[in-house]
Amino acid sequence: MAENSTHIGHGTAEPTPTVIADGVDIVYRVNGTGAGRGTATAALNRILRRKKAEQAAGVRRVHAVKNVSFVAYKGEAIGLIGTNGSGKSTLLKAVAGLLPVENGRIYTHGQPSLLGVNAALMSDLTGERNVYLGGLAMGMPREHIKERYQEIVDFSGINEKGDFITLPMRTYSSGMQARLRFSIAAAKDHDVLLIDEALSTGDAKFQRRSADRIREMREHAGTVFLVSHSNSSIRDTCERVLWLERGELRMDGPTEEVMNAYEEFSGDQRTRKKPAARKRAAKPAPEPTATV
Amino acid sequence: MSQVLHTPPTTQAGPPDDDLAALAARHGLAVSGARPSLPQYIRQLWARRHFITAFATAKLTAQYSQAKLGQVWQVMTPLLNAAVYYFIFGVLLQTKKGVPDYIPFLVTGVFVWTFTQSSIMSGTRAISGNIGLVRALHFPRAALPISYCLQQLQQLLFSMAALVFILLAVGVPPAVSWVLAVPALLLQFIFNAGVSMILARVGAKTPDVAQLMPFVLRTWMYISGVMWSIDNLLSKHSDWPAWATDLLRANPAAVYIDLMRFALIDTFHASQLPPHVWVWATGWALLAGVGGFIYFWKAEETYGRG
Repeated sequence: MAENSTHIGHGTAEPTPTVIADGVDIVYRVNGTGAGRGTATAALNRILRRKKAEQAAGVRRVHAVKNVSFVAYKGEAIGLIGTNGSGKSTLLKAVAGLLPVENGRIYTHGQPSLLGVNAALMSDLTGERNVYLGGLAMGMPREHIKERYQEIVDFSGINEKGDFITLPMRTYSSGMQARLRFSIAAAKDHDVLLIDEALSTGDAKFQRRSADRIREMREHAGTVFLVSHSNSSIRDTCERVLWLERGELRMDGPTEEVMNAYEEFSGDQRTRKKPAARKRAAKPAPEPTATV
Repeated sequence: MSQVLHTPPTTQAGPPDDDLAALAARHGLAVSGARPSLPQYIRQLWARRHFITAFATAKLTAQYSQAKLGQVWQVMTPLLNAAVYYFIFGVLLQTKKGVPDYIPFLVTGVFVWTFTQSSIMSGTRAISGNIGLVRALHFPRAALPISYCLQQLQQLLFSMAALVFILLAVGVPPAVSWVLAVPALLLQFIFNAGVSMILARVGAKTPDVAQLMPFVLRTWMYISGVMWSIDNLLSKHSDWPAWATDLLRANPAAVYIDLMRFALIDTFHASQLPPHVWVWATGWALLAGVGGFIYFWKAEETYGRG
């Protein structure tokens, strides 16, 4: 790290960076892809030759993100776009500090958090207890949760059709579960918020409400990153877009410019490979990933 | 000022790498996903204490929430366990010979041993079984094994309530020495948490360990004097080498079990305890607790990755 605290010239006018990615490479290692996977001798071989060449042990390397650099500033909402498997979610996980980088560094202000609490919730417990459990898991103090409890329940709309919050979560419909999860996750003020296709949960009314909530969180806190395949929700929420393709940062700029270029790019693909493109076009809103 | 970037993207007009690191330093940004220092880690863990207790209680209540009898199983399960052991060891194998108050002796042994056994077993899966949680949220990972041990401690308190009932039913009088159960349990909890953290780290890297642990634990149970008296065995085999005797007596599981028996059962005398028993109990707790915690922390940034 540089010790450049006496740097003059960059006065107060310099915007505050919240996330800095500095030449980031991310490589996945997948175990046991070599020939004879699963056989006892292959497994034994892997254990015995652990320190030897990875290839011999049947480890395959997947270079998911290649030399990506960007600086995100306070108050920005940044969209991440790209075709499936282009490394968007991987990059997000690395920003959150949940995946190691192979090369380069990611610097962050505070702790970026993925908008996701579902893993901490237990379907056998009531919605009420899950609000507390989820809040505590995100690191909210108990008093904060108590203060915001009513707000969370009202926002989720769980109690609109009766007293459901005191029932176990397993009795909820999947839409209700998703709404409660989003409401819990959105209750905390985040320095840097990372959202992975969270906006496509719930019905139209709830989607509008969550888009509003995201906008609100952005004003309160630092920076929002949004991964989405829905061009309209990117246009609605973000003013800057990073376009990843095959793990490389292809474009970084204002939403309109990048989106136009991206649409042109995917349009190009459509004329070249018609059947595949039609399949994609038939499914405009991708299913929500399990991150909420 | 956007531009289409042809690879590599760092050829962008933006600042080169050195400047990015400098920019980060100037604004006090920290490297993402780095392991905190040990004091920091302890502070973070303390800040999450409410999560640890809430997670433990939630796991405990969720356990029987689908059963018709509900939380009654918290007490029923340990009682049924004790009944099975009594039938096999007390009635069929007659290990009760020469042990006064065999029922409380056995039940105490089973409950105290189950505490250690389940803590270690759930600790082994604490990370590997909660990989979704670890990958989604940020918290000191030691919260998981500790929380599982706390769940087992709560479970044990239910069992202890049943045990008190059994003690009174078979005519063991309440005594001041029952208070000794509290420090004994506390030390055992620290020991369990320490061993759990060690196995949580091992199990996170090599999930196969979870398959192996039941066998290790069962062997450990049979040499720990859960259903027979170590003291009786040793007095019968006075020709055994000293190291074997010491080993049997220093076994942490045996130490904690005998301490609890000494605290609760009036016919279990101090002479049956291993020498320096409190020193052993504290020593094991400190060794496992501190050692396990540091060992676990050393791999903090690797959990849930790869």
